[in-house]
Amino acid sequence: MDSPVNAIITLEGVGKFFGDFKALNDVTLSVGFGERVVVCGPSGSGKSTLIRCINRLERHDSGRIIVDGVEMTDDRRSIETIRREVGMVFQQFNLFPHLTVLQNLTLGPLRARKLSKSESESRAMQYLERVQIPEQAGKYPAQLSGGQQQRVAIARALCMEPRIMLFDEPTSALDPEMIAEVLEVMVQLAESGMTMVCVTHEMGFARRVADQMVFMDRGEIVEQAPPERFFNDPQSDRCKRFLQQILAH
Amino acid sequence: MIPKATGVSASCSRYSLIEMGAMNRTIRIGVLGGMGLALAGCSANWGWYVVSPMTPKGLSNLQFLLQGLKQTIALSLTAILISVVVGLLVSLPGLSERRGLRAFNRIYVEIVRAVPILVLILWVYYGLPQIADVSINVFWAGVIALALSDSAFQAEIFRAGIQSIPRGQHEAAKSISLGYVDTMRFVILPQAIRRILPALGNQFVYMLKMSSLVSVIGMQELTRRANELVVTEYRPLEIYTILVLEYLVLILMVSAGVRWLERRLQTDQRG
Repeated sequence: MDSPVNAIITLEGVGKFFGDFKALNDVTLSVGFGERVVVCGPSGSGKSTLIRCINRLERHDSGRIIVDGVEMTDDRRSIETIRREVGMVFQQFNLFPHLTVLQNLTLGPLRARKLSKSESESRAMQYLERVQIPEQAGKYPAQLSGGQQQRVAIARALCMEPRIMLFDEPTSALDPEMIAEVLEVMVQLAESGMTMVCVTHEMGFARRVADQMVFMDRGEIVEQAPPERFFNDPQSDRCKRFLQQILAH
Repeated sequence: MIPKATGVSASCSRYSLIEMGAMNRTIRIGVLGGMGLALAGCSANWGWYVVSPMTPKGLSNLQFLLQGLKQTIALSLTAILISVVVGLLVSLPGLSERRGLRAFNRIYVEIVRAVPILVLILWVYYGLPQIADVSINVFWAGVIALALSDSAFQAEIFRAGIQSIPRGQHEAAKSISLGYVDTMRFVILPQAIRRILPALGNQFVYMLKMSSLVSVIGMQELTRRANELVVTEYRPLEIYTILVLEYLVLILMVSAGVRWLERRLQTDQRG
């Protein structure tokens, strides 16, 4: 595997079990600085587990994970250091329902970054402008549409000014008409040079922004290639079958 | 035709009941209860003179009884505040991934929950000074016993409330670098407390009632005062009726307070 010299995320032989179930089997992957990687594969293939290991929402059982030069260990400091660098967007948004949009965005900067109230609020407004919903700052998440909620979630992650963004099926819980507005924000983010690892089945988005496509099945990386080759000339049968199914309609 | 008309009027009255609100309803219940007892008091067996504010003797008796409100409120309020804090602190280890911490939570809850409150009051007041070389007054003995006993229940309520918050909330907090304390304080507990408020209200009511047991060690709260007055006046029916009303009023006030808090937190969430 050709790993970029300036890799910001390196996974070496990562393994993960849930009980007897092997969720990740000897996964090796490297993501270069500013690179956009799209991970796809059938459900249960380990895509989510893979990216959740990168910021320690799951603990890997074997292998090494190195993010921006820091190896992820059980040591709390390594976990904290890595989480500072990594933002995450979830399938279910996971906004804090009892806080307003603005409070959702300022909580991290205030408490974890120790910014002042005015600093964190101006930063929050700046990112709300960027996801194009500054007028919703005073509302509660339940008052927003799904697409708006997911954009708030993206802004919340960006408020921590991470160097890497992880997306765990960010559009899978959305009504079709709201997918575009979220993808639009993600495309802009990609164009700004953010390092991104996205688990998604939005192949149009993948073609547009991905530098690398990763196909996973049964806890393994089966195929990895730039998008043109990945879509036009997939090597493995499993990947071909998957692409046929997902691109059929 | 007739059943239809009944249906309409029933739904109308339900609607107006909801409109009146909790506080209003509480007052109505209190007034109705009081009227009922006053009517009962018209029969020949009652002798309300013993607590009648019209006579000097009755007035001083009534004042003597009502002065217990101060102690009962102070006792229950102090105890519930302590038990909420202790309960929360005991519940947190119960949610840990470490077996030792979870065991501490289990043992505490199982043992404390198994001791009857009355037994705990006697043990703290008469027993504790013998092993701990402290002199303890009735108020603090009562507070300690009530708070200790209640804290085991509070711990279970908090644990249930915290466990009911989806895992995604913890994960989102981690992903924005919040530590354990900040996650609990700003993300998990505010949501959990909204959910357990009805249960916390229950415990508060329960605590108010159980504070009557502290009368056995001589604390001059509501029940003790009633007992003392009965011994001198030989009028248990009237005096204990007043006692019932005193607890009723206190508890209806607590209910209304909890309802108000529930509504307030509810509107907070919706904006």
